[in-house]
Amino acid sequence: MTEGQHLQIILRLGDDALVLGQRLSAWCGHGPVLEEDIALSNTALDLIGQARNFYTLAAAREDQGRDEDQLAFFRTDKEFQNHLLLEQPNGHFGDTIVRQFFFSAFALERCAFLSRQLVDAEVAGIAAKAVKELQYHWEHAAQWIVRLGDGTTESHEKVQASIDHLWSYTGEFFNADEVDAAGAEAGLLPNLAVMRKAWNARVEACLAQATLTCPEDGWMQRGGKQGIHSEHLSYMLAEMQVLPRTYPDATW
Amino acid sequence: MVTVAQRIERVWTMVRTVHDPELPYLTVEEMGMVRGVTMRDNQIVVSLTPTYSGCPATDVISEDVENAVRSVEPEAQVEVVLSPAWTTDWILPSAYEKMREHGIAPPEGQSADRAFLTGQGKVIPCPFCKSKDTSMVSAFGSTACKALFKCNACLEPFEHFKCI
Ligand SMILES: [Zn+2]
Repeated sequence: MTEGQHLQIILRLGDDALVLGQRLSAWCGHGPVLEEDIALSNTALDLIGQARNFYTLAAAREDQGRDEDQLAFFRTDKEFQNHLLLEQPNGHFGDTIVRQFFFSAFALERCAFLSRQLVDAEVAGIAAKAVKELQYHWEHAAQWIVRLGDGTTESHEKVQASIDHLWSYTGEFFNADEVDAAGAEAGLLPNLAVMRKAWNARVEACLAQATLTCPEDGWMQRGGKQGIHSEHLSYMLAEMQVLPRTYPDATW
Repeated sequence: MVTVAQRIERVWTMVRTVHDPELPYLTVEEMGMVRGVTMRDNQIVVSLTPTYSGCPATDVISEDVENAVRSVEPEAQVEVVLSPAWTTDWILPSAYEKMREHGIAPPEGQSADRAFLTGQGKVIPCPFCKSKDTSMVSAFGSTACKALFKCNACLEPFEHFKCI
């Protein structure tokens, strides 16, 4: 693992957390019930906090005079290396929950590994905190999957459609590129083939309980980790970045 | 001549005056957020550990601590330490009673206990009537560190400080 790859791994961790955190924050004030509004907003807050920790670390390591805000607000879509799933629009509540469910199952396993690895103590420290938060996110999403899947005919059909639609974005989690491979070889990142088994077990068990069908593996989307995104990310970043880009010296 | 130990003690005295903005009846020391006060390169450094990754109070707390200690040590620095990660096990025992007095059920037992993560599998007594007949309304509450509960005996809603 080169220094550049090490840095890229930390940035990717931050990008995943920031993009999903930003998406979820759009639910604030729009949740179907008050408790869900609070739950999604809290989840967003956790993720943005995790992103901030990873960006602060990345900024210190690259030592180019940038800080976490510059990494968040002054990079373009092609510089973001998040998984494509996370930039997908919120859709309806079921879409948001399915996106959260797929990602949390992955993030929880990944973060548990990061908290135990001995290659980078600072990453381990951030992950040790994040893993407990991700556990809450996973439980929350998994409970909703069961409630919606095993609920009414309409909720079942809607959430099954969300699963079928978002399924093609899950393959990217396990599609190791050379950065992932170098990170895994160095012991900083988990082996993605092993992760896939753990992820499948988690997801399949919950879907079965929810009387939902796990889609067959078909063609899978890819490109996010290489900076090749769906069009949704650019719009999301435009909204997220407009204020600091317009007034770069603004403070409050 | 003021010794290093005396300077550190003086800074500690000031650190102890800083309260958690979200739980104003608790000090940051009682919250277990102060990792230590040390002398490094002839400069006093106060190390703080945030409770949650996204806790919006972290910046305010760092500033409050900085302002407090600089009244006695103008050159003092505040640093945020993320590793090891903060856990509810670090909350001082004195904080527990104060939480109950303010209607918040404190964390129960070791944070390592997996069952607590969902607020299930463990009885959280009502901070008002002490009844153990309570249930979780939502794992997410008014701040990142709290979950929403209700008491089935006195019917009061209350918040529980999550074990994390
Ligand atoms: Zn009660």
